[in-house]
Amino acid sequence: MAETIFAERKDQVHRKGEEPFQMTCDKESLAGAVSQRACVFCGSRVVLYPITDALHLVHGPIGCAVYTWDIRGALSSGPELHRHSYSTDLQESDVIFGGEDKLYRALTQLIDRINPKAAFVYSTCIVGIIGDDLAGVCRKVEHEKGIPVIPVESEGFKGNKRAGYNAACRAMFQLVGTGPIDDISPLSVNILGDFNLAGEIWIVREYLERMGVQVVANITGDGRVDDLRRAHGAALNLVQCSGSTIDLAKMMEEKYGIPFLRVSYFGVEDMADSLYKIAEFFKDIDPQVMERTKALVRDELSELYPRLKEYRKALEGKKAAIYVGGAFKAFSLVKAFRHLGMTVALVGSQTGTEEDYKELHEITDPGTIIVDDSNPLELSSFLQEKDVDIFVGGVKERPIAYKLGVGFCDHNHERKEALEGFVGMLNFAKEVYATVMSPVWRFTPRKRAYLSKSQEMDVCHEIKAIQN
Amino acid sequence: MLLRHTTKEITERSALTINPAKTCQPIGAMYAALGIHGCLPHSHGSQGCCAYHRSALTRHYKEPVMAATSSFTEGASVFGGQANLVQAIDNIFTVYEPEVIAVHTTCLSETIGDDIPQITRKAEADGKIPQGKYVIHVNTPSYVGTHVTGFANMTKAMVDYFAESAGQKIDQINIIPGYVEPSDMEEIKRIAQMMGVRVVMFPDTSKVLNRPQTGKYDMFPEGGVTVEALKTTGDSLATIGLGRLASGPAAQALDTKCNVPCEILDLPIGFKATDRFVDTLRKTLGITVPDIINNERGQLLDIVTDMHQYFYGKKVALAGDPDHLIALTEFLVSIDMWPIHIVTGTSGKKFESRIREITKDSPYTTNVKAPGDMFLLHQWIKNEPADLLMGNTYMKYIARDEDIPLVRMGFPILDRIGHSYFPIVGYRGGMRLLEKILDAILDRQDRDAPEESFELVM
Ligand code: SF4
Ligand code: SF4
Repeated sequence: MAETIFAERKDQVHRKGEEPFQMTCDKESLAGAVSQRACVFCGSRVVLYPITDALHLVHGPIGCAVYTWDIRGALSSGPELHRHSYSTDLQESDVIFGGEDKLYRALTQLIDRINPKAAFVYSTCIVGIIGDDLAGVCRKVEHEKGIPVIPVESEGFKGNKRAGYNAACRAMFQLVGTGPIDDISPLSVNILGDFNLAGEIWIVREYLERMGVQVVANITGDGRVDDLRRAHGAALNLVQCSGSTIDLAKMMEEKYGIPFLRVSYFGVEDMADSLYKIAEFFKDIDPQVMERTKALVRDELSELYPRLKEYRKALEGKKAAIYVGGAFKAFSLVKAFRHLGMTVALVGSQTGTEEDYKELHEITDPGTIIVDDSNPLELSSFLQEKDVDIFVGGVKERPIAYKLGVGFCDHNHERKEALEGFVGMLNFAKEVYATVMSPVWRFTPRKRAYLSKSQEMDVCHEIKAIQN
Repeated sequence: MLLRHTTKEITERSALTINPAKTCQPIGAMYAALGIHGCLPHSHGSQGCCAYHRSALTRHYKEPVMAATSSFTEGASVFGGQANLVQAIDNIFTVYEPEVIAVHTTCLSETIGDDIPQITRKAEADGKIPQGKYVIHVNTPSYVGTHVTGFANMTKAMVDYFAESAGQKIDQINIIPGYVEPSDMEEIKRIAQMMGVRVVMFPDTSKVLNRPQTGKYDMFPEGGVTVEALKTTGDSLATIGLGRLASGPAAQALDTKCNVPCEILDLPIGFKATDRFVDTLRKTLGITVPDIINNERGQLLDIVTDMHQYFYGKKVALAGDPDHLIALTEFLVSIDMWPIHIVTGTSGKKFESRIREITKDSPYTTNVKAPGDMFLLHQWIKNEPADLLMGNTYMKYIARDEDIPLVRMGFPILDRIGHSYFPIVGYRGGMRLLEKILDAILDRQDRDAPEESFELVM
């Protein structure tokens, strides 16, 4: 087992209970590792892409644009501009002579063609090397066309995904403060760090509406440029997810004095806590808001609990492994699994910080493995060692779990069910149940080895029945 | 309307690609490298590219896809990636223990100008490459060519690095299958086997990217061409390269390097191209075509005979890679369908003229553009509607907006299964294609038929 961990990575893996807690993170991935991490550009693209009425132009060779073409399922209730792939498709001559002219032509042609509300222009590794003056071109086009044209400094090699989040936040910050704010309620928020996967932001918005809180801007799920421009009119920023939009919240706090709350919409406690925190914040302006929030939570829970119990009965005692992008999501998942009566045997993230891991260490059970920036070999050896029933991860982890005969839940870009909100907890339970209890595992070699003789007979009968 | 910004009017677009019908070189190189047994592809650049390529392949195959990266940082992009690559080679051989590391570059390392052979020599001198293990490389800047170029280049690198000639001919032939699915590679081998031909196929991704559920996770699966087999390719009787763009360079390199005569054919999609493939095998080895193959051909023909009135005159719009499109267009024309719009992201004058040649007797002048993109294809469709679309998953936007049935083929397919298990090459592959085409067309006919002409028997 030990040899599947690079010696240099020893301090990025921790087993709770065996040694005092100490972990290194925010390390560059080791050269030669099959890292699951992505790049700066990826981070920026993930954050900005759900702004549905902006033009997103990738300045670079074709690949960078192709691999980020509508792969995330960020839903829109209106414009669908974000689902196109626009690229300057740099060629050899551009690399030699520079791509500024091409970028200028692409931008002006596109803006004339589709009339977007704003344009984001992403730079990729190669643009950083050939030294195109992205900002200069953007300024020029902005001046000529009269819409915001914003450079996103997302050269891939300048850090990891987190640096990309920061670049995206700086880009969005250029829009904030440029729109009218006179009709905004004193009970108002921006939702940051929710990308409306499977329509999740709509769930959260509905709760807020029931509480009597106005949402000014979705940042960025189902986002609109004009909403972003007036985001500084909100009384409070709600920030979800560890890294992606916290920088924007901080910038808005500094410049506009808007405070922010860190929230999570995953899992029952976190969802309820978040709503209470929001109500608490507004209680001086509107004394009734807490009442409405309590009523809301009560309604939702009375609906949810009886149905959750059914799933819990089946899932009690099963084991889970978690490997996600940001650590904040991991916190909520640990709690959510507890709700289902399950234990978490492994938890890790691509981009967690030291505090994140400390917190994970605190909320997990002894024996739990905690990892930073892992690789497939490591992960698969941990999965087997812990004999887990479900793995929660992203696109590259799914087939590994399946090959091992372990259930899987995508808690990342490719989730198809809304997992946020109270209803999300139910969906989550359903998904976990469907995969953990799937009859398919009874046919897979790994699980069959564990079955007792009589169960084995059952399976044989079942196989026979199917074959007949 | 998802693509509501697509206009009917086609204006000149010089600096801009919208909804591309191609992707970048390294992913093709990575795919080809996965077709070597015990090989770990290595992306020399920042980690983003590698993560994207792995994700894209994973989505398409629903299989684990392993590849390592040099993890460039700002330092590496200023001072060059030598230190990263040397360290990577060391780490990879120590921990993952592959037989071969297949290095490809990315836009970044190309632009910086890293000299890979020089770096691997350094790694070798430093004792980082264990005895009997190999590091091969290929240059894959994406601002030149496309994923097809990357596949062709990596396949050629297999020849450059491994092919040897001991001077004694071996009773076997080399087949370079082209940038096709693992299922297609399997089918090509099956055909050769039925003809009693011994084959070295490279690359060979069958049993790598279409693996069974075993309850185990193998970093290096059973499939893939072995280094030993690759070494013998220099003594084979002949090489058949399928698909000019994807297989041509490697086939020719083998001819130049080891004097193995080569025949470059179209991908064996449909009657004529499969006939040519089978016939080339027959002639090269002086054998007769066994009944079992004639029987499969007869079955394919039988389907066309039975259903030809449904194929007749159906207009098809296609996007994909040149090698596929050429063979597919020929197949469609041969069953009386009319390919009217064809785009590929890979450039090539030869491609356009070849398509014109194949479609010259069609009542429509076929629109063809290389390089073109799906935006253009959509614009053409708005001007002259099609009855059927064929192409990758991204065509589903057009399919939905224009309400045209879509048969998925090519890369990537992100929303259906089958491509890794069932071939489209050979006579049986042709049967599968016809089944898919007919299902699409007839389902549509059923859906649209007014009650009085809704038919049970078709
Ligand atoms: S930088 Fe080049 S190699 Fe990397 S994803 Fe973009 S196009 Fe492909
Ligand atoms: S080239 Fe750079 S920006 Fe593009 S995918 Fe690769 S690492 Fe990311």
